[in-house]
Amino acid sequence: MKAGIVIFPGINRERDMVIALEASFGVKPKMVWHKDTDVSGLDLIVIPGGFSFGDYLRCGAMAAQSPIMRAVRDHANKGGYVLGVCNGFQILTEAGILPGALLRNASLRFLSMDCHLRVDRADTAFTRHYRQGQTFRSVMAHGDGNYFADTATLDRLEGNNLVALRYATKSGEVTPEVNLNGSARSIAGILSPNLRVLGLMPHPEDLVDPMMGGADGKPLFDALAAA
Amino acid sequence: MNQDVNESLARSFGLSAEEYGRVLSIMGRTPSFTELGVFSVMWSEHCSYKSSRVWLKQLPTKAPWVIHGPGENAGVVDIGDGLAAIFKMESHNHPSFIEPYQGAATGVGGILRDVFTMGARPIANLNALRFGRPENPVTKRVVDGVVRGIGGYGNCVGVPTVGGEINFHPAYDGNPLVNAMTVGIARKDKIFLSAAAGIGNPVVYVGSKTGRDGIHGATMASTEFSADSEDKRPTVQVGDPFTEKLLIEACLELMATDAIVAIQDMGAAGLTSSAVEMAGKGNVGIELDLDQVPARETGMTAYEFMLSESQERMLMVLRPDREQLARDIFAKWDLDFSIIGRITDTGRIVVRHHGIVEADIPLAPLNDQAPLYTRPTVDTPKQEKLNPARIEDRYGLTAALEKLVGCPDLCSRAWVWDQYDSTVGGQTVKRPGAADAAVVKLEGLKRALALTTDCTPRYCLADPETGGAQAVAEAWRNLTAVGARPLAITDNMNFGNPEKPEIMGQFAAAIRGMAAACEALDFPVVSGNVSLYNETEGKAILPTPAIGGLGVLDDAAQAVGLALPPWLDIVLIGATTGWLGQSIWLREIAGREDGAPPPVDLAVERANGDFVRTYILNGTIRACHDVSDGGVLVALAEMAMASGIGARMMAHPRDIPGHAFWFGEDQARYLVAVPDHVSFTRIAEAAGIPAMRLGTSGGQNLTLPDGGTISISTLRAAHERFFPSWMDGVNS
Repeated sequence: MKAGIVIFPGINRERDMVIALEASFGVKPKMVWHKDTDVSGLDLIVIPGGFSFGDYLRCGAMAAQSPIMRAVRDHANKGGYVLGVCNGFQILTEAGILPGALLRNASLRFLSMDCHLRVDRADTAFTRHYRQGQTFRSVMAHGDGNYFADTATLDRLEGNNLVALRYATKSGEVTPEVNLNGSARSIAGILSPNLRVLGLMPHPEDLVDPMMGGADGKPLFDALAAA
Repeated sequence: MNQDVNESLARSFGLSAEEYGRVLSIMGRTPSFTELGVFSVMWSEHCSYKSSRVWLKQLPTKAPWVIHGPGENAGVVDIGDGLAAIFKMESHNHPSFIEPYQGAATGVGGILRDVFTMGARPIANLNALRFGRPENPVTKRVVDGVVRGIGGYGNCVGVPTVGGEINFHPAYDGNPLVNAMTVGIARKDKIFLSAAAGIGNPVVYVGSKTGRDGIHGATMASTEFSADSEDKRPTVQVGDPFTEKLLIEACLELMATDAIVAIQDMGAAGLTSSAVEMAGKGNVGIELDLDQVPARETGMTAYEFMLSESQERMLMVLRPDREQLARDIFAKWDLDFSIIGRITDTGRIVVRHHGIVEADIPLAPLNDQAPLYTRPTVDTPKQEKLNPARIEDRYGLTAALEKLVGCPDLCSRAWVWDQYDSTVGGQTVKRPGAADAAVVKLEGLKRALALTTDCTPRYCLADPETGGAQAVAEAWRNLTAVGARPLAITDNMNFGNPEKPEIMGQFAAAIRGMAAACEALDFPVVSGNVSLYNETEGKAILPTPAIGGLGVLDDAAQAVGLALPPWLDIVLIGATTGWLGQSIWLREIAGREDGAPPPVDLAVERANGDFVRTYILNGTIRACHDVSDGGVLVALAEMAMASGIGARMMAHPRDIPGHAFWFGEDQARYLVAVPDHVSFTRIAEAAGIPAMRLGTSGGQNLTLPDGGTISISTLRAAHERFFPSWMDGVNS
């Protein structure tokens, strides 16, 4: 599996993503500038976190119009793997590659803290090193992580088993108290119907080394490396 | 601009009659409107340090590991592995009161530029904040705006905010302090300086366009506040963190080449100060053509161009043969790039606009003849040492502890930290609240930096010399408490009106105390900032010499935090006399703010700290927390709350009243958790270090020697209540 990271102006978690990918893949990912259009040779395209174009419009709205996004869409349509984290998830929804939208956090404040994610779908290339129903710790750092979609879309996501991750307690209960950004049905991450595209708000790439407080995010990258 | 230039105009620009006379003699004629503007900002307190320079000279600035001390955009120290840490702290106090969000945001942006302009990638931000009484309705608005502003800027540029401090006191009601610190990393053979060189070399402007914002911001920062300060809102700049992020990436990309001769950010006094300082330091001249400056608005005058403090702008001198290379890099990042002038051999700054010379000033006298004042000082009267036996405890230990951990100065800051991205970069080893200093690892290496900000303003008010020494010592102690080797500090001197002898006396005394501590602890000052005139309606803030400390750990894995592990012995390092003067207990429980603050014995400070560091690094000490505000019992509670593990404490020595022993604030002390107190206290004794076993960790309660017990969950509830309930009306 060969990975590449797309860089938009204002993206700022690409270094974290390089470290996580390199630790699992054994090689550095390729960096792809947003004005490029060529992603040939890549199996996995990662859109990392940050504030693309400052997020001065809607989060991810500008980036979704960048030249590279046509190539990302084609890659996804052909069954290629795509991982969008935080701003990357926002960009995937703005580009229509994943459904729904990310609204301002319910508290109207930026949230930077640990959270626990429950794995609701463990048979994917992203999550198969976790067990179904297990929780793992992750870091959230966003102002706009409140997942929203209309009822029909939410029902379809759940009906087709495309909700990969939900905010939960450490022991796996999904409660309003731990759904800090107010996401619909506590959704933290969703999959495309072919299970090849994952978008999620929290940052598994920031917990891949016990020295930084834990390595709960590492199985996600290990699983991708082995896919 | 056709306004008559005369003494009265000069006064309205903040120049005294005597200073205006000096302008006339340097120029040999009446200056133009633009020239007067240049003199007034360059000679403002903010840019010239005219009241503080004579005192700042007393601070030690050298050590074998110091590469660049004060005088550059930021301080530079050698941290090993061929790398340098570049850091500085700077105030944005006045703007943050007028417009809290933008004031704080642009404070972060400005200090980031000071650091990356020297070639460093910023890896951490910290901030030292002081606010007025929580009961004052204005305070809530200021806290909300400042916290959002720091987060809004820092989170977007992708530099983790990893530490800082917050105090509340009525003295900051009309004048909060926002001191922002940035730390960056560069290769030590790739440091960029600001001295211009190369006659004929192009002077290049990059970054955002220039608008009319922030004109005379430096002058505003050099006067007291009055009731009409709201009218000054247009002098506060507006931040654009996205452009800053692009500027960081573009500058670092260009810095990897050999194109740059000199570079400086446009901070206070904008184009004026950057052009004057770059040419002045290089002993050359500079010519600027304002028609080439990218403008955001039409019809701007030369005066407005020269004094604008629009953000996210840099000035560079390039090698002429690298112009195209540089132009391409900035085009890639969609940033303005414009050649706005040349370096000359005239020793003058010449500014043209629409073909007309709007300013032509000799640089040497503009810099050398800047005013320098040795203002009169009056010493702060000494306060009496309080006898703890004569201060009655009507509260009891348990109730006092619960109240103290919940008071605004000691309660949990999680509500604030949770709005700052502390993990971006993936190198944050100790996040806010996890240890006495933040620990940030260097990418790809074992090495890590430890970072802290410290000052105890109430000590400084009572005795500025002791308070100055204490601020430096506490920063040193906090770095030591994670196992780091303290290297150097940046200082942010926040004081009132220097024209008042009492205030200048506070300043001079604080410097004396700081200098002694820096000397004794081998902890030099490498950068800093002075913010004077922090007064509103004639009332000064508490003297606040905020210290930003930097230390290094050879191996990040050796860092310890403050979370108390179970089943260890808890040992107090350092001597306890039960010092209640100026303590938080005295203020919050006894309702008094008097007495002499605890003395700082620098030799003891050093010995105790060196001992603690040694036994952290050899693995004996598993958790460590310095004893500061609130004394031993608050320190213990903080350790317990961090891990959820309680402790059973033993009786204290009988010669000290209980409340004085447990809540007194004697200095140079640490609480440490070790597996075996017997061997540890024996080693300490042999080394001449006071060490006393206080108890054993375990369980879910703190059990005190007077029989009182309090659960960790009760403590946490008390600790975490204040900010959410005050700011968001959330009741826990």
